[in-house]
Amino acid sequence: MSFLDDPQVRRNVDRLPIEFDDYGFDRFGLSKKSLLRTYSPMASMYRHYLKVTAFGLENVPATGRGLVIANHSGGIGADAAMIFTSLLLNDEAPRLGQGMAEFFLTRSPFAGSALRKLGHLTGLPEHGEQLLNDERLVVVFPEGARGAGKLYKDRYKLVHFGTGFVRLALKTGTPIIPCAFIGGEEAFPQLFHIKWLAKLLNGPFVPIAPQLIFFPLPVACQVYYGPPMRFDGDGSEPDHVIQQYIEEIRHAMERLISTGLDARPRSFMLERMPDPEKERRP
Amino acid sequence: MKILITGISGTLARGVAYRLVRRGHEVIGIDRRPWPDVPEGVEMHQVDIRKRPAEDVFRISRPDALIHMATVTHLTADTEERYRINLGGTRKLFEYCHEYGVKQAVFVGRHTVYGATPDSPLYHTEDEPPLAGAAFKELADLVAADLYAGSALWRWPKLNTAVLRLCYFLGPSRGGTLAGFLSKRRVPLVMGFDPLYHLMHEWDAEEAITLAVENQLRGVFNVAGPSPVPLTTVCEATGRRAVAIPGPLYSAALGRFGFPSLPDDAIAHVKYPIVIDNTAFVEATGFEPRYSAKQTMEGFRWN
Repeated sequence: MSFLDDPQVRRNVDRLPIEFDDYGFDRFGLSKKSLLRTYSPMASMYRHYLKVTAFGLENVPATGRGLVIANHSGGIGADAAMIFTSLLLNDEAPRLGQGMAEFFLTRSPFAGSALRKLGHLTGLPEHGEQLLNDERLVVVFPEGARGAGKLYKDRYKLVHFGTGFVRLALKTGTPIIPCAFIGGEEAFPQLFHIKWLAKLLNGPFVPIAPQLIFFPLPVACQVYYGPPMRFDGDGSEPDHVIQQYIEEIRHAMERLISTGLDARPRSFMLERMPDPEKERRP
Repeated sequence: MKILITGISGTLARGVAYRLVRRGHEVIGIDRRPWPDVPEGVEMHQVDIRKRPAEDVFRISRPDALIHMATVTHLTADTEERYRINLGGTRKLFEYCHEYGVKQAVFVGRHTVYGATPDSPLYHTEDEPPLAGAAFKELADLVAADLYAGSALWRWPKLNTAVLRLCYFLGPSRGGTLAGFLSKRRVPLVMGFDPLYHLMHEWDAEEAITLAVENQLRGVFNVAGPSPVPLTTVCEATGRRAVAIPGPLYSAALGRFGFPSLPDDAIAHVKYPIVIDNTAFVEATGFEPRYSAKQTMEGFRWN
């Protein structure tokens, strides 16, 4: 235990409904030590820099499988990091969000094993199924890299959704928790992409924001979780049925996003958004 | 039961033989290599499985079951010789099984046949095709032998065939692929990669093979024990020193500076995991590993 470890992170990592072996690894190679090391700085970023407020955490199941479906924004993954942190810092029922990582990340040295140690496996349908069958909470950004690379002018517009996650949810009988992340587009407003550099690095895109560094601006962000949605079926439904389900999920997310956008006094907000429920609590 | 074990002088096979004798089975062994202190209850024939005397063992002794463990897995052997033994030998044995009325055949293969690639999922299931041959030519013969053994299921439906895909094992005999990789004090890792390694105790592996024969398994089964552990943890727990070598220099460093030598293609197996799903085997046999990963690795500590 290092003095850099955050006490709340340490407490909540110990309470996670995940089985760790003698060396602090779970069956997918998730490492307790890495969780502590990574989530500790992320927690202070969550509290003091991006000043994130989470609403509707009671919608996230305390145990058992769940699929969090969120909008992607802000190019550099800060939105994903803050969603994962909000799930872990939920003192009522801490959960570890496990993402489906971009293939170009998991195959590259250092990034691949670092992500695995945090529970983020390569974005393969088999991995999603294995994690959900093991009663984990999987976080999916169905817009994929296209969503993360949205330019500032297209902010908070959901782009095309993949269909795989709905079939996965149906096949494994998993509730879908819609989620909206507000503030990511302002924290890293993408002006344009450098295409040739992306090609050179073999990555999806290289975004450029006014701050010129790959670090978000200190804009206050919010996460909204909507009530869980369940659909009928076993995943073998024809495309038009799946598409209908996707539209429903999309609407739920759009509602959450517009609620979030309306609730902010202004878009480039530097002070924390008050949480009415937390204010009421002693 | 009268059980014939080919490749009986191998470390794992000897253990299986001891186990079977202890449980009251009659064991016959075939191997080119000698087994000097062969225990009572084991009838040993020092012959080559591809030669006539091996067929004589089938004809005269008429075994009820075959455990085929006469495959060359160490990668230093001559490629042509490997093909002759692993493919030619396997084919011959299955033909003898059919001809001399053997009821059960167990082929003991390796989980490495699935291949280590960055885009394959963890927890391979038996229905996935073994892809190792594409990226690792030294494993192509083992992949072919595995598939050939599997083809016995439709070729000779009356013969109960089980193909086991065994994960790495470690044990007091210090035999096996992983033990070879950990044979020196310094273990070469590829910088920036720390794959999960699926390993079990040698004695659990022996028990699993014994259970496969006794339960008359049919089909292809992954055999694994406790959950996989990262390679750096394997090195730490066994008292080895993990040395991270930058990828481009890796093959140049092998065989030098006190590192074990490996074929060039083996680098993928040091970079990416091969993890298997053993649910089907556990359901079919009720197998429960006795040793945890910690016990297995600490039992293998350097001293």
